[in-house]
Amino acid sequence: MQRSKTVEFGVGIFILAGILGLVFLGLRVSGLTPSASSQTFHLEASFSDIGSLKPRARVTMAGVTVGRVESIELDQEWFDARVSMRLDSSLEGELSRDSTAAILTAGLLGEQYIGLTVGGDPEALEDGDSIRDTQSALVLEELIQQFVSSMVKD
Amino acid sequence: MTDPAFIEVEDLYFSRGGRAIFSGVNLSIPRGKITAIMGPSGSGKTTLLKLLGGQLTPDSGRVLIDGQDVHRLPRKALFALRSRMGMLFQSGALFSDLDVFENVAFPLRVHTDLPDAMIRDIVLLKLQAVGLRGARDLTPAELSGGMARRVALARAVALDPELILYDEPFVGQDPIAMGVLVQLIKRLSEALSLTSVVVSHDIKETISIADYLYLIADGGIVAHGTPATLDTHEDARVSQFMHGEPDGPVPFHYPAPPLYRDILGTDALGTDAAAMAATDSTTGAD
Amino acid sequence: MASGFWRQLIDSVAGLGYRGCRVIEALGRASVFMARSVVGVPGGEGVRLWLRQMHFVGVLSLAIVLVSGLFIGMVLALQGYTILIDFGAEQALGQMVSLSLLRELAPVVAALLFAGRAGSALTAEIGLMKATEQLTSMEMIGVDPLRRVVAPRLWAGFVSLPLLTIGFSVVGIWGGYLVGVQWLGVSEGSFWSNMQSSVAFFADVGNGMIKSLVFALVVTWIAVFQGYDLIPTSEGISRATTRTVVYSSLAVLGLDFVLTAMMFGGL
Ligand SMILES: Nc1ncnc2c1ncn2[C@@H]1O[C@H](COP(=O)(O)OP(=O)(O)O)[C@@H](O)[C@H]1O
Ligand SMILES: [Mg+2]
Repeated sequence: MQRSKTVEFGVGIFILAGILGLVFLGLRVSGLTPSASSQTFHLEASFSDIGSLKPRARVTMAGVTVGRVESIELDQEWFDARVSMRLDSSLEGELSRDSTAAILTAGLLGEQYIGLTVGGDPEALEDGDSIRDTQSALVLEELIQQFVSSMVKD
Repeated sequence: MTDPAFIEVEDLYFSRGGRAIFSGVNLSIPRGKITAIMGPSGSGKTTLLKLLGGQLTPDSGRVLIDGQDVHRLPRKALFALRSRMGMLFQSGALFSDLDVFENVAFPLRVHTDLPDAMIRDIVLLKLQAVGLRGARDLTPAELSGGMARRVALARAVALDPELILYDEPFVGQDPIAMGVLVQLIKRLSEALSLTSVVVSHDIKETISIADYLYLIADGGIVAHGTPATLDTHEDARVSQFMHGEPDGPVPFHYPAPPLYRDILGTDALGTDAAAMAATDSTTGAD
Repeated sequence: MASGFWRQLIDSVAGLGYRGCRVIEALGRASVFMARSVVGVPGGEGVRLWLRQMHFVGVLSLAIVLVSGLFIGMVLALQGYTILIDFGAEQALGQMVSLSLLRELAPVVAALLFAGRAGSALTAEIGLMKATEQLTSMEMIGVDPLRRVVAPRLWAGFVSLPLLTIGFSVVGIWGGYLVGVQWLGVSEGSFWSNMQSSVAFFADVGNGMIKSLVFALVVTWIAVFQGYDLIPTSEGISRATTRTVVYSSLAVLGLDFVLTAMMFGGL
């Protein structure tokens, strides 16, 4: 059988492009970050209600994405949600100790994400620290209920 | 050797689409000789070769090649046996994705570990023998039917097989190529003491090279013998075929009701079609 | 009257049974055929045969698959935008485009295009080799055409379609990006970040790939079997080619429902 370099080259490019495409789907589309580049640090925060926050949701500061939610667990002691986040390492030692974390909603029906706001404390949060000042998700039903009950009281 | 028969066909029955093609064929093909199987078109010559090669399985009966029952061999052994046979197909059956050179080289590449240079020499010699060395770079689509058959012959003998089955080798050859081919088949058989089976209805050419002839018609062997004995055979069917007479006991027509009924239709005669078919079939049979 | 009715009923039931037997018989033949065609020619020769078919089946299908993917991604973005804008949720466009493509459209549409472009060509090619006795003569040379002709094609199809599906998704998402972000003005940041937070690699990309592998197997299997099993005349070839496209498309759509129910439907 005759060998054909152009055929072999074409097929090689085809397979390579497929693999690159899969990498693109992994990194750019699914937002997998290569775990090797551990240029990140951990923070934790407890919320009494996280609404519909999910792992891998965005963590933002002033609207800029600076990290992702890594895991969400129920704290068996206080029965609130313990959210662990992975942030850009450039922020390590830059966030003041009294920073706040709030669960925000993009648009009226959009996804939920965490917004961080810095405070004024000179001491900074380190890897593994917890943010104490948190603001839970707004749950639409609760809002309505509050509104209705306050109407009834009046 | 006590038993010189290379191929032994015993009581072969085969039918296709409900129509019996062979009913009780017995053949014995001697080693190292050219045996011709002749018969009118549609008598099942190609089918017989396919049965010999193990591509079709008979309804009953056996085919022994070199003592091995072709249709009982496991797949591997059958392929091993086939690598010792060459077959020239009626259509040539060249591989359309390979050029002429690679077609002839194909059996060598799959069955041997010869170096490329040696394969090249063998292929060119085989192509030289069929007069197509200059056509080595053509693709099968660029060959005429006769040329394709000659390339196919070169491919069939590439591995120097012990047995070659030729299906209509002379059809569509010009007179020069025909003469060369006849000589080639004879030379191949003598020089390599090949066993050759030539299926053909070209009487003159076949008789000139065959050592032994079988005549098939009507699903069985009608006659067999050396060319000389068959030439003077008293059976009317044999002499009709051997001398190419248009009229005789061997029908030129595929079985059919009488022509006037197909043309005129039964309604014209105003009789019951079924009753008429029943009466006619007795007259139509002979 | 009545007896005529019963006879007709019995005849039609018998006809059904006959057809059923034929289908089961064909499935049996197809399975045996498949089992014998899985192993190809060993060594470098086998790889070369496979590469040739990869070119024929995969590389040559690339253009139609990529162009279709681009347009489907663009249309998805356009349609999605007009719906999402009513809810003020247009920043979810990236999520919508990517999930539709990864989970459904890329595997299914790529498989349908593949059946039409490569599957029919495989059937016709193998069928023509059968009709011109190339397969028989290969057998007579002592080479198994299942291993030499069918196996490389089977494997090429099996590998090509998932690669084509990846290409379809990538190009489709890019098309969605072009329309959504560059043209309709959805914010680039929320397009990608929304996508990233809702697409899970293993659940979405992975399941899409599994679908694609299943489709690849089924479509290629149907195509090569139809080619190998056809009646070797020009009419037989054209019928078998049509059957390849029809059976493959039905199989892909039916299997897609089953697989979706299993993967995403909580079954
Ligand atoms: N694939 C097939 N299916 C059904 N009948 C066939 C097939 N091939 C050949 N036949 C029938 O078998 C008979 C013998 O054919 P064949 O062996 O080709 O004859 P020939 O002696 O001309 O080579 C013919 O009558 C033909 O109609
Ligand atoms: Mg014939």
